[in-house]
Amino acid sequence: MTAPDQIMTTAGEPVRAGGTGPALDVAAIRADFPILSRTVRGGKPLVYLDSANTSQKPSQVIDTLTEFYEQHNANIHRATHELGEEATAAYEGARIKVAQFIGAADETEVVFAKNVSEAINLVAYSLGNATAAAGALGLREGDEIVITEMEHHSNIVPWQLLCERTGARLRWFGVTEDGRLDLSRADELINPKTRLVSVAHQSNVLGTVNPVAEIAARAHAVGALVLADAAQSAPHGQVDVRTLGADLVGFTGHKMCGPTGIGVLWGRRELLEQLPPFLGGGEMIESVWMDHSTFAPPPHKFEAGTMPIAQAVGLGAAIDYLTAVGPDRVQAHEQELLRHALPALAEIDGLRILGPAEAIDRGGAISFTVAGVHPHDLSQVLDDRGVAIRAGHHCAWPLHRAFGVQASSRASFYLYNTHDEVDALVDGIRYAQKFFGVA
Amino acid sequence: MQLESMYQEIILDHYRRPLHAGLRDPFDAQVHHVNPTCGDEVTLRVTLKDADGEPAVADVSYEALGCSISQASASMMTDLIIGKPVSEAMDVSAEFLRLMQSRGEAEPDEDLLGDAVAFEGVSKYPARIKCALLGWMAWKDATARALAERGDTPAPGTQAEADDDSGEQT
Repeated sequence: MTAPDQIMTTAGEPVRAGGTGPALDVAAIRADFPILSRTVRGGKPLVYLDSANTSQKPSQVIDTLTEFYEQHNANIHRATHELGEEATAAYEGARIKVAQFIGAADETEVVFAKNVSEAINLVAYSLGNATAAAGALGLREGDEIVITEMEHHSNIVPWQLLCERTGARLRWFGVTEDGRLDLSRADELINPKTRLVSVAHQSNVLGTVNPVAEIAARAHAVGALVLADAAQSAPHGQVDVRTLGADLVGFTGHKMCGPTGIGVLWGRRELLEQLPPFLGGGEMIESVWMDHSTFAPPPHKFEAGTMPIAQAVGLGAAIDYLTAVGPDRVQAHEQELLRHALPALAEIDGLRILGPAEAIDRGGAISFTVAGVHPHDLSQVLDDRGVAIRAGHHCAWPLHRAFGVQASSRASFYLYNTHDEVDALVDGIRYAQKFFGVA
Repeated sequence: MQLESMYQEIILDHYRRPLHAGLRDPFDAQVHHVNPTCGDEVTLRVTLKDADGEPAVADVSYEALGCSISQASASMMTDLIIGKPVSEAMDVSAEFLRLMQSRGEAEPDEDLLGDAVAFEGVSKYPARIKCALLGWMAWKDATARALAERGDTPAPGTQAEADDDSGEQT
């Protein structure tokens, strides 16, 4: 998708970091994110390396939220007044922006949900409802759902629950030692019994970018549906549903400069038409009688109740922002940070990178362990120096078990991070080793 | 520096050389507790004995996987409570819980807590309180089970509080 020369936010402010030049102006980008100029832990500059957890927000998004609440706030699709018209136009306008950002056929393929977890649960419960109604998409005992060992819990647990409800069997791809999917058993794992394959586009722990199109081709050959969890790839503008190969794609706004509470489920139009509703309630209906109801066409069929309206509008502003900066440049910047960080981390004695050690087919999240320093202790030492990373199992417990580690530390980069911040991470790790007497 | 207020030397000492570590037989009850936010876990065994007609802590043995705070806390706990009547050990446990929930505002009872007063600095960091409590909650749970095995009534509040902060119990 080409970036327009200059995008205006709904507040009428130009995106300051806009333009189409070759390299990202990180200083200009950083000036857009007010939180990056605050200090933490007694006056230390904030080094925010936890964007895979949630990204920070540019003032263009914050201003859009404020402006929505100050100027346009009303409920959508039902208020018969000017504010209602404005709010509806802003909300539906955000849907169009999402559709354009991911290359959807049109905006009716874009369903708003609160996050990826809800988007995946929507599909899982919808399939469960299809099963109960003996619908075309319903599962039968012996049917199989295939996931992978590198999934976030939100792409594991909903399928376990669906399997319990339907008698379907859950199967999964393993992970190789270097953090790639083990596709050697693909022909056995994806077989005529397979009804759905759900896979992370990019691992939230390893950074690995998975070959979704290749997996999807195999799945489609046996008539299975494919869902891609794009929580970690959408923020970098890597999701084009025309080439990804998936039938359904979930991602969340808060990891891509947008507000919390708003996410997206994209689905092929004819599939969304076939899927039964998930949540019942207001605005998702066509007609209601006391004994039954008929439903609105997608996407509204899946949007029961008052939606996170301002948050959707904020997500639209985030997409404007990323589009103006240019997804290609965001990706190039992150790859550059990775090429700086991976060798610098690998030089640290006792540090083990989980996942691909080279900046090939991997995104800007690096998980690692440091011998003799527990991840929680490492993050505490880094936090004391103003460096924010994540420690734990990152909602991917089975993956950590596969790597034989109990927990790991994760640093993740985004468009506003700098080489100096990577160096602060490396220095902090070395300091922690000294502090705990292991170096 | 704030870091030193959390990682006091005595805490690091217990982390590097944990006391009473390892699982020992025989035992009256064994529990496995997990901190679901970080995956830290502890397997803990309790052996009780009779001392002047009331139950006392004969031994606490454990295998812990986790950060320095959770490991040091388990180590100090065993050193504090082994040999004590269960009722006294429960008092120590209650005082430690009070300290950890104090956000650094408590004046801990050093007579009860001994070296464990060093955890005052940890109580200022909400994300680490569960680490410090992991072993203690496992001990309370195991003790309640051991007492129930013996037909004794668990000490007041034992089970309810054990569920509070212990995370998942398997």
